Formats: sequence, structure tokens, C-alpha cells
Amino acid sequence: MKKIEAIIRPHLLENVKDALQALGVQGMTISEVRGFGRQKGHTEMYRGSEYKVEFVPKIKLELVLDDDVTEGAIEAIAKAARTGKFGDGKIFVFSVEDAIRIRTGEHGEQAV
Amino acid sequence: MNSLSKKTHLMSRVLIPLSLMLFSVLTWAQDAAAPTLEERLAKAESAAAAAQTAGDNAWMLVCSALVLLMTGPGLALFYGGLVRKKNVLATMMQSFIMMAVITVIWAIFGYSLAFGKIDNQLDSWNLIVGGFDFLFLNGVGTAPSAYAGTIPHLTFMVFQLMFAIITPALITGAFAERMKFSAMLVFCTLWAVIVYFPLAHMVWGDGGLLNAFLGGKIPALDFAGGTVVHISSGFSALVCALFLGKRIGYPKTPFAPHNLVLSVIGACLLWVGWFGFNAGSAVAAGGLASNAFVTTHFGAAAAALGWLVVEWLRIGKPTVLGGISGAVAGLVGITPAAGFVTPMSALAIGFIAGVVCFVAVTEVKKRLGYDDSLDAFGVHGVGGFTGAILTGVFANSAVNTVFKDANGNALPSGLLEGNPSQVLNQFLGALIAIVLTMIVTYLLLKIIDITIGVRVSGEDELSGLDISQHGEEGYNLDADLGVLGTVSGSASMSALPEMVEAKS
Repeated sequence: MKKIEAIIRPHLLENVKDALQALGVQGMTISEVRGFGRQKGHTEMYRGSEYKVEFVPKIKLELVLDDDVTEGAIEAIAKAARTGKFGDGKIFVFSVEDAIRIRTGEHGEQAV
Repeated sequence: MNSLSKKTHLMSRVLIPLSLMLFSVLTWAQDAAAPTLEERLAKAESAAAAAQTAGDNAWMLVCSALVLLMTGPGLALFYGGLVRKKNVLATMMQSFIMMAVITVIWAIFGYSLAFGKIDNQLDSWNLIVGGFDFLFLNGVGTAPSAYAGTIPHLTFMVFQLMFAIITPALITGAFAERMKFSAMLVFCTLWAVIVYFPLAHMVWGDGGLLNAFLGGKIPALDFAGGTVVHISSGFSALVCALFLGKRIGYPKTPFAPHNLVLSVIGACLLWVGWFGFNAGSAVAAGGLASNAFVTTHFGAAAAALGWLVVEWLRIGKPTVLGGISGAVAGLVGITPAAGFVTPMSALAIGFIAGVVCFVAVTEVKKRLGYDDSLDAFGVHGVGGFTGAILTGVFANSAVNTVFKDANGNALPSGLLEGNPSQVLNQFLGALIAIVLTMIVTYLLLKIIDITIGVRVSGEDELSGLDISQHGEEGYNLDADLGVLGTVSGSASMSALPEMVEAKS
């Protein structure tokens, strides 16, 4: 089992979700996050005072998959989330020791 | 013969009773329902007066509600949106609490100090402050007063009260995010008593020093409170900002407004409420109210454009906050002038006020380095002063005849009409207000600082005034996730939000 954590542009979430669903992915968790990398932030102005906003809004997407579908999912995310400019985000992959479905108590790959 | 006797018979049988009847009808009519001309005139006069009272009173009650609308939702939302999330409730409370506190002191003695009259032997005092004749609203009833002959005295009193409420609320913008609630309460209450009530008396009260209509020695024109409300609160705000010092982190840490949507709603409510403030200051539902209504609207519109144009040119983008700040600056600027200038002059006054306040807020503040959190000085102080001077420039006797010669003919009002001395009077009126308000504000703050302290502790400031001063938060949007913890005294554990892993 692998956990995929992807930081993507908020407006591309819909693309990414559709691409993953097309692969048969049945669930995922997202959260609104802020962060910075090579993409520069932006400036905001309030009554002439300039504020540099360095932490840019992003979406963090998390999903746990069977090993054999992980590579396909990574490719799908990368393709759907790419614009070619700074700020497209990153994908991290982790090994997962176990997973438990709370409703039934199933363990391992049956639970994901 | 026969015919003659027949005729006599007819007369006696018909005509005599008929004439008797006619006679009795005539006498009855004369006795019961024949009003004299004087009676009919008096009746018509009282009917006309009642009709005018009905019209004027309806308008003035609506205006009173409109002016309260400026503080209640208007200013509270405008200021509330400009602060950080952790101070939103405390900031709104600083406006809201004025609706309660000032009302009570106004009822007990405030109205009397502002609009009462002192006995003759104390005449010189009466230049500065009113007397005690209206204590506990004694004698303030449904009969009209000397101030407004066509509306109940109660209506005039409550209309003026709404001005007394918003004025200290305006100052709160200067010390937002760092003043103790207790200190704020004491300060605003004493400020109303020592600054506002005397100032209102000087400009509008019977016998007041600056009253242009009721025999003031320095006749300064202030239609709806440019001096009394905006210069006084604005310059007091400057003293507050200097006295309290900067907020922790200013100006290095960003203090971005947490919700400009609230501020836009608030500013637009201020704009609408201002019709009551300015047009209501005609104290009647006549042509002067229409003039003030139109000039108010034009002033706001031109100022919004003025601010935005300069901002766009100098900073590169026209901001929404700039647009609404400009509108408020224009409303401030047109306030003293609304009932003295033409609609075209209002466009000019508004535009100038918008540009001047933009410079005050963006350039002057940055250069001088004081932390006027929400620009109470930059908008109300500077805009109010600009408006006061421009009123002396643009005032026109065709709109409102202020000065008359011995024969009752109109004399010119403002500089452009040929009365340059009015600009000096306007300046002197503003100066008196500025000196009074700055000295008293400083003394009050000093006394309060020595006794209870004006500023919250650094820890309280960092955690926010909502929690430290009021024990509440403005936005508990995650309350259903249990983030508020448990009800104190209950044994139940709050459910912690768990991240749910979905099945792939």
C-alpha cells in the first residue's frame, strides 16, 4: 500500500479528481493549505500599505492505494495538475504499514 | 270679493306658517353653525400646522433611525471588517456600546448640556455649554421647541442623540485592536461629556459661540456636524493613536483587513444613513432637505472617484477599500456644506475631499509613522477640516440665506460669492474644536492611563481583544467539529476530528 500526498493548484482539483476517478479510484481526502516553493507570492494593498503574501493557497490531496495502481495514479495526477509554470505543486509517495476500515474492522488492502 | 277672501285665506293658511318656518330656520342656523371669519381662519391655520408637523415629524423620525443605522450596522461593519479576525467582535462592540451608553447619559443630562440655555446672569458660560433646564428631559415633550418649530421637541432630542452616539464611535477606529474595553468605556463617556456636549452647544445650541443662526460671535457654518462630529472625533483619534502607540508588530507585520466584504456593506450603509444625517439636519421636510440630500449623494460619488483615480495612478490598482474609503471621505467633507452649497459645488468638494484624504491616509501616515489603525484621523479629521474650509469657499446664499443686512436682504455666504471672511470664520471654528478636543483627549487618556490603564497587556493584544476582553470569538465556524472543547462541568469528552482515510 502506498499513500500519495499531492499539493496542487486549487483550480485544478476538479481535473485531478476526474482523472483519478477514471482510473477507478474510489476515495480521497482534500484540505485547503497554504505554502510556498519556487512560485513567488503576490502583493496585496490596503490603503496604500503593501503586504507581500508569501504563503499561496493550495489544495493538499491525500489517498492510499494498492501498490499496483499507484504508478498510474501518480501519472494521472501529474498530467492533470500540470500547467508548466512555477507553482504546479508536488507529489509525495509513502509506504503504508496498515489500514483499517472502521465499520468492518478489515485490515490491509481490503480496507483501502 | 270672493276671490279676495280666497287670497287672504291662502295667505293665512300657507304663507304665514311658511314664513315662520323660514324665520326659525334662519335663526337656528345663526345660533348653531355660523363660525366667524376669525374662527374659520384659526381652524385652517391649525389644520395647516398639523399637516406640516405630520410631514416634518415623519421625515425627522425616519432620519433619526437612519443616523442610528450609521453606527449600528454601518460603522460596526465598516470598522469590524478592517481589523484582524481576532478583534472583530471587540471592534464592533466599541460602536455598539455607544448606542447604549450615550443614550442613557443623553437622557439624564447630555441633551441639557448640549441644547439647554443658562439664565441671563451666566450668559458667558452659555457661549460654551448649555444649562440644566432639560435635565432628565424636563420639559422635553410633544410640543415643539425653539430649535425646530414644526416637530415635537422629543423628535429633535432623539435626532440629536444619534449624532452624539456616532461621534465617539468614530474615534474607536484610531485605537482599534489594542485598547482595554473598560478604558474605552470611561474615555468615550467622559469625552462625550467634556468635548461633544459643549461643542454641539457652541455650534448648534441657543447662544453658542459659533452658532451662525442664533447669534454666535464667530459665525462658522456647520450644516450637519463637520466640526462637531468629524473634526472633533478625527483630531481626538490622532491624539489616541499617538498616546496609545503602535500595535505590536506595526508596521512590519501585515495587518490586512480580515473581511473587506463586511467593510463594503458597512460603508454602503453609512452612505445611506448619511442621508438622514445631512438631509435631516434641515430639521424639516422641505427644499433645504432636498438640497442636502442631493449634495450628500454627489459628494460621496465624486469622492469615491477622486480617491480611486489617484490610487490607480499612483499605486497601480483601484482597490475596493479605496473606493469605499473615498466615499466615506466625501460624505465627511460634504457634511458641513450640505445645506449651504449647490449640487455642482458638492461634486467639487467631494472630489477634493477624496484626493486629500487619500494623501493623508497613504502618504502622511506613512511618513509620520503613527498607527491610526482604521484611519479615523485620516478620513474624519482631515476630511472634516477640508470640508469646513471648503464650506467657507462654496457656501451660497441662494441655497441658504445665512447672513442678512439690516433690511433683511441676503448677504453673500462664501468666498466665491464674495465673502472671504467666511473662510477665516470656518478656520477659527475648526481651530477651536481642534484645540479643545486635542487637549481634553490627552488629559482624559492620561488620567485613565494612571488609574486603570488604557492599553491591554501584550499577551491580551496578541491573543486578540475578542477573547481577552469579551471571552468570545467572532467566527466559531468549526464549532460542530467539537473544537470548542467541552461544556464546563460536564463529563463528556469532545470528539476530536479525525482525518478520514477513504478507500481507494
